[in-house]
Amino acid sequence: MESSLTRTLSLNLAVAAACLLLVPAPALAAEDEIKLVIQDHKFQPTELVVPSGKKVKLVIENRDATPEEFESHALNREKVIAGKSTATIFIGPLKPGRYPFVGEYNEKTAQGVIVVQ
Amino acid sequence: MFATAIIVFREILEAALIVGIVAAATRAIPGRTRWLAAGIAAGLLGAGFVALGTERIAELASGVGQELFNAAVLGIAVAMLAWHNLWMSSHGAALAANARSVGGAIRDGRRECSVLMIIVGLAVLREGSETVLFLYGIAASEGGASWPMLIGGLAGIAAGITVGYALYAGLLRIPLRWFFAATGILVLFLAAGMASQAARFLIQADVLPSLANPLWDTSALLPQTSLLGTLMRSLMGYEERPAGMQIVFYVLVLIVIGSGMKWFNSSRPERPRGATS
Repeated sequence: MESSLTRTLSLNLAVAAACLLLVPAPALAAEDEIKLVIQDHKFQPTELVVPSGKKVKLVIENRDATPEEFESHALNREKVIAGKSTATIFIGPLKPGRYPFVGEYNEKTAQGVIVVQ
Repeated sequence: MFATAIIVFREILEAALIVGIVAAATRAIPGRTRWLAAGIAAGLLGAGFVALGTERIAELASGVGQELFNAAVLGIAVAMLAWHNLWMSSHGAALAANARSVGGAIRDGRRECSVLMIIVGLAVLREGSETVLFLYGIAASEGGASWPMLIGGLAGIAAGITVGYALYAGLLRIPLRWFFAATGILVLFLAAGMASQAARFLIQADVLPSLANPLWDTSALLPQTSLLGTLMRSLMGYEERPAGMQIVFYVLVLIVIGSGMKWFNSSRPERPRGATS
């Protein structure tokens, strides 16, 4: 009983150590910043152009009182943004193409696309 | 109404499947129902607090607090699922053989039960908080609450719970001989999928590099919004466009927990000698 417990513990520690090793310091490179606004359950602008092969910091301001979830399967991103608040999402580096996104809570009106060139 | 039901269903499904798997995997442990119920209740309470604090959490760590919070919750859940599987690997045979009246097993079972409570509680907390926010958004939208949408939300919750229960009932039909192996594998893939999700949040927060973005694109083959895709996503972490780092996390967790399970299985002191079938 005792030995199996010690074994579990040491294994857990090994997992934790492996996780720590995998986390490098935050990247220092400056990235492009792009702003997006949510108002009346719509995105403004509905089309954003970003450079390819670069990391981009997407800053989304939700001016509505209700929360919204930024979601894009193409970008593999999702994030809940509380009402009257601003959120940050890092995307890229991306290949050229069109990457649609929606506000999941108001999918009919909240639609947009990121164009990577 | 239908769209609302679908959104809520998707949020609820993962938590419901986790509860279903954990409930089935622990059926031989005495008193597990009370622990599971306590876990769900604590998770719901926590979900309310997280929903209330969404803005506060989001502002932490210069705007990526939500990602770090989600990654931490997922990381703890992975560790707990790992503990559960290793515990089952060393006690599963004894439990299956109905040898649960041994004092030591029960004392150990209590620790196992608190681990279960945490796993279930975290799953409900994570998925529940987004559901609470979404339903709050509906209720608070201009013109007040719209009944069809709220009914849709409730239908989504009911559908998610039904699928979770169906999985639970289906698992219980597996013959005891293969039962613990089957639930062990399910839990293993569940943990790997969560590790991959945690990696995605850390990439989104710019804490980890993506390595390859995406590593593959199977959105045409099996869209993750399809019914099968959604189930695969909830059960084993399927994603149509995963980043390379997510696959690194996924495979690493599979290897670490998988080899741990093998080790415990083979080093079990008393192997069931000539077990009667």
